[in-house]
Amino acid sequence: MSRLQVVSGKGGTGKTTVAAALALALATEGKRTLLVEVEGRQGIAQLFETEALPYEERKIAVAPGGGEVYALAIDPELALLDYLQMFYKLGSAGRALKKLGAIDFATTIAPGLRDVLLTGKACEAVRRKDRSGRFAYDYVVMDAPPTGRITRFLNVNDEVAGLAKIGPIHNQAQAVMRVLKSPETAVHLVTLLEEMPVQETVDGIAELRSARLPVGRIIVNMVRPEVLDAADLELVRTVPRSTVARSLSSAGLGGARRGGRAERLVDPLLTQAEEYAERYTLEHDQRAVLTELGLPLHELPLFAEGMDLAGLYELARELREQGVS
Amino acid sequence: MSRPDPAHTHDPARHHLPPARVLDIDPLLEDPKTRIVVCCGSGGVGKTTTAAALGLRAAERGRKVVVLTIDPARRLAQSMGIDSLDNTPRRVKGIDDSAGGELHAMMLDMKRTFDEIVEAHADPERAAAILGNPFYQSLSAGFAGTQEYMAMEKLGQLRARDEWDLIIVDTPPSRSALDFLDAPKRLGSFLDGRLIRLLTAPAKLGGRAGMKFLNVGMSMMTGTLGKLLGGQLLKDVQTFVSAMDTTFGGFRTRADATYKLLQAPGTAFLVVAAPERDALREAAYFVERLAAEDMPLAGLVLNRVHGSGADRLSAERALAAAENLEEPRIVDQEGGKAVLRNSPDTYNSSGSPTSETPAPAAAPASDGGSPAEDAENTESAENTERSVDQLTAGLLRLHAERMQLLSREQRTRDRFTALHPEVAVTEVGALPGDVHDLAGLRDIGDRLAANERELPETELPEAGTRPEASA
Repeated sequence: MSRLQVVSGKGGTGKTTVAAALALALATEGKRTLLVEVEGRQGIAQLFETEALPYEERKIAVAPGGGEVYALAIDPELALLDYLQMFYKLGSAGRALKKLGAIDFATTIAPGLRDVLLTGKACEAVRRKDRSGRFAYDYVVMDAPPTGRITRFLNVNDEVAGLAKIGPIHNQAQAVMRVLKSPETAVHLVTLLEEMPVQETVDGIAELRSARLPVGRIIVNMVRPEVLDAADLELVRTVPRSTVARSLSSAGLGGARRGGRAERLVDPLLTQAEEYAERYTLEHDQRAVLTELGLPLHELPLFAEGMDLAGLYELARELREQGVS
Repeated sequence: MSRPDPAHTHDPARHHLPPARVLDIDPLLEDPKTRIVVCCGSGGVGKTTTAAALGLRAAERGRKVVVLTIDPARRLAQSMGIDSLDNTPRRVKGIDDSAGGELHAMMLDMKRTFDEIVEAHADPERAAAILGNPFYQSLSAGFAGTQEYMAMEKLGQLRARDEWDLIIVDTPPSRSALDFLDAPKRLGSFLDGRLIRLLTAPAKLGGRAGMKFLNVGMSMMTGTLGKLLGGQLLKDVQTFVSAMDTTFGGFRTRADATYKLLQAPGTAFLVVAAPERDALREAAYFVERLAAEDMPLAGLVLNRVHGSGADRLSAERALAAAENLEEPRIVDQEGGKAVLRNSPDTYNSSGSPTSETPAPAAAPASDGGSPAEDAENTESAENTERSVDQLTAGLLRLHAERMQLLSREQRTRDRFTALHPEVAVTEVGALPGDVHDLAGLRDIGDRLAANERELPETELPEAGTRPEASA
């Protein structure tokens, strides 16, 4: 099992939720995971119902069986200062740089530097060991940028390594790339059973593969429960309206005669069923497209009432049952 | 461009609580004073599709429109009959041009846009030097902020060409709504700022020879950056920045001009959202931000709103009725004679409810009937024919789900409206599938404008005479 688990996905697919659930799932049985946020959205804090995360590793949840989840929101500016401190013992010079706008400049504009710092920090956590020589974290889960940017984000170290041909940034980038392209890393993609996210997943996987980044699993999120099955939907097309009206009436929903309360329900209910059928076919097709990719495929249920802490634990349990951890 | 709408409540097919104000899309699109429409919002809410649908609708109402998309799904490009959108506006064929309108579409190519700026502002030799600079190549290929900056740059270009009377812009899928407004300014100030001037100083003064003119603080700083980035990269940056600076300095000026363009009266911002907690939270944030920046907000497009034609039947009643229908019944299969269920309803209007039913009920085994009934149900489950009752129960469960969804969406929407009653809202009914062609986009356009069409025609102010348009 890879120790760095990167979670990406199209915007709106719930990748932060899946990343958090995965961190919880991996933390069971006394394991310790670090959940890393790189985009400064404080999505993790919202999910775990805590105040905004600082730039420091902090325990945010306990998993069944005594495991622990730590979280870290990486701030690229602070990460750069950290880094300068570590390599150059800059101290006040670092602050002077900040004042000049150099840090801001370096993290925003300098090509890929920002991304090297983010991935570098995550890789550092992966490799970190405590005094007894044990890994500080069993797993590091990264809530990464969306599918459209993930390859560039992870591959940026390559680019920087080519650009900065010597110097510490170059070395750092090389070291990070070795971790990212090794079996130590797995990049998972979160999707929905809809055309656009599925297409993005297919494209994203092709891009990751051509950059030789290790693709992990596909996680289909927010899967709606099956209310009507294929046979029901077949029947929807052929069933006489009057029989549905009588059935509704027998359930106590009013008269089945033309214009009766039950009878007036038939058309709207059948319309909803037709819409459901259209979606059903579409989802079926999209699932087939995903299956074709030949990667481990997992499905997580939709929580109609919205995601909360209880839902998160539920998703973690689901992931464990599906053998993700 | 919006006003309280007394008429909006009674469309039985799409019943939603009336929002405080209704956003009238058509007057906005038809008004010749509207020159730029910016669609913004968080990822995955249908921003690009909304932009394309608005473009089509405006074009079919006689305007000459260009839609600038940032990263359209392939299907969307195809839906406009263009297999691969590129950095040049392409005419979309197949629209109804009887009103004299045109639709053009293009996709932002960041690198191409950046290259074009360089080519336009530098002599060929210098342009070649910049284009070949490794720092430039990375920067233009799209690191944080470049996409947003280039989108704004392209918008400025399109506006300056004055070839179209309406430009509809889709915004980049940023990590947050803020990037879109911030990045141009940030990029502008970086490239124009103190640091850049420090970095460019040696190069301007003639490379290494110039270094000795720098004071100690400066050389320490470039020294540090040099150590950090590697000397060669720093040199690349210096060469790049000075080349950029001498050829078309004033990134800041351009960024400011674009920013002012967004604040100008001819611009309308549409915040796009879906009726979900996170998307609307982001939308609220955007509304506040636009107000703080004096950007003209036209309203909120609420995509994928669900309705129901049977919304008088509550979720609770539908579920109760479904359970009633699913109750295990005693069925005499051998005789083929269905027996009335033991339900307590007083139904008596049309004879035996199951007399036309093709098969005995196959209640799901998990429904927990008595062992005897389970045995019978197992047997009947083998029967491939389905009972209408079971289907009806499914229809009712589906309806209950829809009603629950509907009320959640209303709650989320109402929370937004309570926070921002000043924001006009238009709701777009959810489609079961994705858009594949112009007809699909047209359908979305109709849904976007549906609020307005429910108003009596006479209440519509004539295009261009709306008081808001000149505000």
